[in-house]
Amino acid sequence: MTYAIEISDLKKRYDGGFEALKGVSLKIEKGDFFALLGPNGAGKSTTIGILCSLVNKTSGKVSIFGTDIDDDFAKAKKYLGVVPQEFNFNVFESVFNVVVTQAGFYGISKEVAEVRAEKYLKQLGLWDKKDDQSRMLSGGMKRRLMIARALIHEPEVLVLDEPTAGVDIELRRSMWDFIKTLNEQGTTIILTTHYLEEAEQLCRNIAIINGGEIVENTSVKALLKTLVQETFILDLDKSVTADWGVPGYTVTPINDFTTIEVVVTKGQSLNVVFNLLDAQSINVLSMRNKSNRLEELFVKLIKG
Amino acid sequence: MNNAEIFIAFYTILRREIRRFMRIWPQTLLPPAITMSLYFAIFGHFIGSRIGEMGGFSYMQYIVPGLIMMSVITNSYSNVSSSFFSAKFQHSIQELLVSPTPNWVILVGYVLGGVARGLCVGLIVTLLSLFFTHLTIQNVFLTVAVIFLTAILFSLGGFVNAIYARSFDDVSIVPTFILTPLTYLGGVFYSIDLLPDFWQNLSMLNPVLYMVNAFRFGILGVSDINVYWALVIVCLFIAVLFSFGLHLLNKGSGIRN
Repeated sequence: MTYAIEISDLKKRYDGGFEALKGVSLKIEKGDFFALLGPNGAGKSTTIGILCSLVNKTSGKVSIFGTDIDDDFAKAKKYLGVVPQEFNFNVFESVFNVVVTQAGFYGISKEVAEVRAEKYLKQLGLWDKKDDQSRMLSGGMKRRLMIARALIHEPEVLVLDEPTAGVDIELRRSMWDFIKTLNEQGTTIILTTHYLEEAEQLCRNIAIINGGEIVENTSVKALLKTLVQETFILDLDKSVTADWGVPGYTVTPINDFTTIEVVVTKGQSLNVVFNLLDAQSINVLSMRNKSNRLEELFVKLIKG
Repeated sequence: MNNAEIFIAFYTILRREIRRFMRIWPQTLLPPAITMSLYFAIFGHFIGSRIGEMGGFSYMQYIVPGLIMMSVITNSYSNVSSSFFSAKFQHSIQELLVSPTPNWVILVGYVLGGVARGLCVGLIVTLLSLFFTHLTIQNVFLTVAVIFLTAILFSLGGFVNAIYARSFDDVSIVPTFILTPLTYLGGVFYSIDLLPDFWQNLSMLNPVLYMVNAFRFGILGVSDINVYWALVIVCLFIAVLFSFGLHLLNKGSGIRN
C-alpha cells in the first residue's frame, strides 16, 4: 500500500548536539485527517520541516506518495502544500502576487495561476484584499493567505503547522470548515495544533510526539476509549447542600452550590446523578466536560 | 520539473527581483544617478578640466567608463545581497525552498536579477554621462561582454555574502570595507602608469582593475592591462563563485537547519 506519508526511523541532531528526533516512524494514509500533537520542543516542527525540506535530516527515510525524498525531492515536494507556523511571505508583495508567485515556483503558468488564485482567494474571503500589500492584512487574514498560497499548486497533502494560533473563534471555525471540505474532497491533511479540541473534532488519526519520540499513534476514537474517567460540570437551577453527593461517585458542589463537578469512571453512568437530582426537583440547565477529553489523555501521555 | 516548468520558475524569480528594485526605485535607481552626476560634475568637469589629458583622452572621458563600471559593480552586488538576505530575514525564502525549483535555478534567478539592476543603473549612468561628454564605443561586443560578465560576477559575490550574513550589518561590511576600496583603487580615476612600480604591481592583484580596464578598452580603446586576460580572469571567478554559491545552496548553509 502506498501511504501519503511514510516516515521510518527519522533522526535529527542539530549542530549544537540537541537530538530533536530520536527515530520517529509514522504512516499516514491517503485522505487521512491526521493530527501530530506534542508539547513545545517535542519535535513536531522538526518533523514537518524535514518533510518540506526546511530542515536537513540526520538519518532515516521519508517518502511522500511513494517517492523517497532522497531519490527525487522535487517530485515529492509537488505533493506537499505547507502552511507554516510563522508568516513567511514577502510582506511588501500584494496578496494576489504572493499567491501567483508561489505558483510560478511550481512551474505553473501565469494564466493558470491567476485563475486558481482568484478561486482560492475568493474561497478564503480575501478576494477584496487582492491588491493590498500583504503586510496590511490582519493576523487571521495572513493565516488564510498562507493557506491560499499552499493550495495554489493543488497538493495531495496539506500540512498545517498551528494554523489557528492566535485566530479568533469565529474565524477558527470557518477555517475548520474549509479544511474539512478540502479533506472531504480527497486532500490528506496533517495538522499540528495546541488546541486539542481542534484535533478531537477534526482528526481521524493522531500521533503524540514527546522528546523526539512517538509516544502514541492511533485513531482519535481508540485513544478516547482509553479514558478511564471524565469530569463533567453540571449547572443547576437550584443550589444543593454543601455535602450533597451520590454514593459511589465523586461529586463536588462548587461556586454557590448551583454547580457540581461529577467524576465519572469507566462503567459508571451519569443517569444515576440525573435521577437523584430529578428526585429532588433540581433541573440540569447545562453540562460540559471540565477539560477537553483529549487534553486529559495528552497530559497523561506526556507525563509518561 | 520539466524544462518548461523550470523556465517558468526561473522567470518568476527574475520577474520578482526586477519588480522589487523597480518598486523601490528611490532607493535603487535614483541614488546612483545622483552620485554619479556629482562625480561627473566635480571630478570630471571642475577638477578634471585642470588635470588635462589621461591616456590621450580628456579626464572626463577617461573616468566615464570606470564610473559606469563602479555603479554596475555596486548595484549588482547590493541587489542580490540585500534581496536574498531580506528573504532570509523575513523567512520568505522558504517559499522557494519548499517548492520543487532546483537550486541552480534559484541561484541563476537571483543573479540575473542583480545583473538586471546593474545593467539598468549602468544604462542610466551612461545616459547621464552624455550630458557631460561624448562617447564613441570602440568595441561594442567587448563592452557588452565585460559589463555583463562583471555584473554576473558581483551578483554572485552578493549572493555568497547574503548566504553567510546573519544581520544587516553583515550585508554592508563587504561593500564598505572590501568592495569600495577595491573599486576606488581599481583604476577608475587614474591610470596605474601614474603609480610607482610597487603600487603598480600591487594594483595588478586587484580584480576590479581588470574589469575597469577591459571596459575602458571597449569604449575608448585604451587599457593598462591585456583585456583578453581580463576576460579569462572574470570567467574563472564566475565559475568558482557559481560553484561555491550552488554548493552553499545544496548544503542549505544559512537557510536550512
